[in-house]
Amino acid sequence: MIHTGGMAVIWRVTREDMALPLAMKIPQLDSQESSTITCFEVEQMILPTLSGPHVPRFIASGEISSQPFLVMEQVLGQSLDARLASLPLPVDEVVQIAARVATALHDLHRQHVLHLDLTPDNILFRKNGEAVLIDFGLSRHEQLPDLMAEEFLLPLGTAPYISPEQVLNVRSDPRSDIFSLGVILYQLITGELPFGDPKSMAGLKRRLYLDPDPPSVLNRDCPRWLQEVIFTCLEVDPEKRYGSAAQLAFALENPSQIVLTSRAERSKRVSFWTVLGRLFRYFRSGPAATRSAARHLGAVPIIMVAVDTSAGMEVLADTLRQAVKRIFYSEGNARLTCVTVRKTPLVGLDYTVDDSGTNLHVQYLMELKHWARPLELPPDRISFHVLESPDPASALVNYARTNRVDHIMIGARGSSTLRRYLGSVSSHVVALAPCSVTVVRVPETDSVQRSDSTGYGGYG
Amino acid sequence: MRIGIFADIHANREALEACMHHAQSQGTERHAFLGDLVGYGADPAWVLNIVMHHQENGAIVVLGNHDEAIFTARDRTMHDDAQYAIEWTRSILSDKHKNYLLGLPKRFEQSDALYVHANAWNPGGWQYIAAVFEAKKSLNATLCRFTFCGHLHEPDLYHQGMTGRVVQFRPVAGVEIPLGVHRRWLAVLGSVGQPRDGNPAACYAIYDTIKNVLTYHRVPFDVETTAKKIREAGLPEWLGARLERGL
Repeated sequence: MIHTGGMAVIWRVTREDMALPLAMKIPQLDSQESSTITCFEVEQMILPTLSGPHVPRFIASGEISSQPFLVMEQVLGQSLDARLASLPLPVDEVVQIAARVATALHDLHRQHVLHLDLTPDNILFRKNGEAVLIDFGLSRHEQLPDLMAEEFLLPLGTAPYISPEQVLNVRSDPRSDIFSLGVILYQLITGELPFGDPKSMAGLKRRLYLDPDPPSVLNRDCPRWLQEVIFTCLEVDPEKRYGSAAQLAFALENPSQIVLTSRAERSKRVSFWTVLGRLFRYFRSGPAATRSAARHLGAVPIIMVAVDTSAGMEVLADTLRQAVKRIFYSEGNARLTCVTVRKTPLVGLDYTVDDSGTNLHVQYLMELKHWARPLELPPDRISFHVLESPDPASALVNYARTNRVDHIMIGARGSSTLRRYLGSVSSHVVALAPCSVTVVRVPETDSVQRSDSTGYGGYG
Repeated sequence: MRIGIFADIHANREALEACMHHAQSQGTERHAFLGDLVGYGADPAWVLNIVMHHQENGAIVVLGNHDEAIFTARDRTMHDDAQYAIEWTRSILSDKHKNYLLGLPKRFEQSDALYVHANAWNPGGWQYIAAVFEAKKSLNATLCRFTFCGHLHEPDLYHQGMTGRVVQFRPVAGVEIPLGVHRRWLAVLGSVGQPRDGNPAACYAIYDTIKNVLTYHRVPFDVETTAKKIREAGLPEWLGARLERGL
C-alpha cells in the first residue's frame, strides 16, 4: 500500500510485461458517499484521455465484482507537499517550481482538461524536474460531461486554493488553475496562505473582494516582479490574470520583460472603497462567461517573429512586419516575442564589439526594437531577445520550444542556387519547428530575377 | 458492437446517404431509426425503402409524430408548412409504405436501452425533452439505463447519478463520451434531415456497446440538391431554405 486517503487507497502493483512501476487506485466505498464514487468515475473517465510527461500514464480501469479500480503509472518523485515544511523557500526555487508547474498546466489545458484542485499534494516532481499533476477526481474535461456538476451542494475543491469563480460553482475556466497556482506561489514565498483556510461559505467568499497581504511585506526577499506575477494570478476577474499557463511560465522565465504596475508596488491591502467597488460588482454580475480551454488557448497564443535587421534586408523586414500586424489584429490576447540571431563563428574568436566599439548585442537589440516600433504594441504584450549562435535555425527552433511558442513567423529571401541546395534558415526552421510556421516573402515582381549573394548575413 | 442511431431523417435522401456512408466507415454493424422518417423532405419513398431493408437485417425502428400524421387526421398543433408536406407525402406514398408506418411501434427496448422518438413518459404525446425538467421526467419513467430519442432536432445529453439530480451536457462532435456505469443516460439525437441548432451538417450518433461510449457526429451533405428537390416537388420554399442555415 502506497497511500491511503479519505477517498481512495493506492497500492503498488506489478505486471509481468511491464517494467514501469504501477499504482492501483481503489475508492473507499464503505461510506456510501456518492461523491466518492463520482470522483473516481471522473478520474476513470479523464485519465485515459491524457498523455505526456506531466500526467501519470493510464494503464487500465474497470470493475471486478463491482469493485472499481484504476491502474496507472506510479510516479516516482517528491510531492510539493514535502517542501511545505521548509517555508518560506528561496526565490529561485519558488520561481523554478512555479515555472515547471505552469508548463505542466499548459500541457493539461491543451488536452482540454482543467484540473480544478491544484494543491501542493497534487503536484509531484520527477527526477528530471518535470512536474506531474495527479488526482483528477475533481477535474473537468470540457468535451465530456461534467459528472461532478450534480455534487454542487458546496463549492468543489480544496478551500485555501480554489478560485473565486469556483466558489461560485463555475467550473469551465482554465484560468481557475492559474489562480490556484498563484495561491501556491504565495504560500511558497511567504509561508502563509493568502486567504487562510476558511471553513465557512462566508470565509470562502472573502477572496471575491478582499486582497491578501502583499508578499513583499511578509518576505523582504520577494522581488517586486514576483509580487506582480503573484497578484496577476490572484486577480478576482479571470480576464485580468495571465491568459494562459504558458504566458505565466514565460513571465517567470523572463522577469526582465515583466511590466511592473501598481500591483508590484503595493505595500498594504487596498482601500476600503476599492473593496466596496468589488463587492458591488460581485453582487451585480452573473456567472463568468464560459471559456473553452483549448479554444481559449487559441486566443492567447505566443507568437514569435524572427527578424533579420541587417543591411539590405529592409524590404523583407517591412513585409514581415506587415504580416505580423495582420495576424495580430485578428488575435485576441496574443503575445509577440521578437527574436533576432547574431551569428557567432563556429570556430575562432567572437568579437562582441564592432569596429567603433559599440556592443554588438546592444546594437542588435536596438535595431530589433526599432523594427517593432510601428506595431505600436503595449509593453506587456511584446518582448525582445537577441540570440547568439553559429546555427540560427537551431537557435530559433530551440527558443520556440523552450518558450512554448505557438506560431513562428519568419522571412525568406528569394532563392539562389546555393540556398536551394544547402537549404535556407527558414526551411530548416519549417522542418524542425515544434509549432506552425509562417514564411513571409516579398512578392515577386516580373522584372527582377533574384540572384542573391550567398552571404550569411541574414535568413534565407 | 456499434449501433448507428439516426433520428428525424424527414425524407432527406442526401443527408441519410451521407450519414450511412460515414457510419459504415466507422464500423457500424446495426442501425436504429428514431422516427420522423418522413415529413418536410422530398424523398419519403426512398428513405422508407432503405429503412425497411435495414429492418429486415435487424434494425430497430420506431414511429415519430410526422410518421403518425400520415395515417391520422389533421393535427392542429402542426404548423402549415409541416401539414402541407404531410399531405403531399401521403399523396405520393404507396399503400405498402403507409401500412409499414402504421405497423411501427412507438417504443422499443433492448439490452437496457430504450429507443423512442420524443420521450419515455408519454411517447404518443410527443413532448420535447427541452431541458433538465423534461429529461428528469423521462428518466424517471423508464428502468432502462439508456434512453435514445430525437424530436428536438438538436443534440443533447443528460445524465443522472445516484443523487437523482439530472445534468445537461452539449456533446462535442467526434468525441467519444464514456457512458459511466454508475449513472443513467438520456441521449437526445440531433436531426439527420433537418438540423435546427444552427449547424447545417446532418447529425447522428454511434453507440458502442463494448467500449460503452457514445459518439455524436456531424456529416455535411449536399444541401443544394436537397433544397432543389423540395422546390421541384412544390413543397414550401422555407423547407429548403432553412436547411442551408441549419434552422
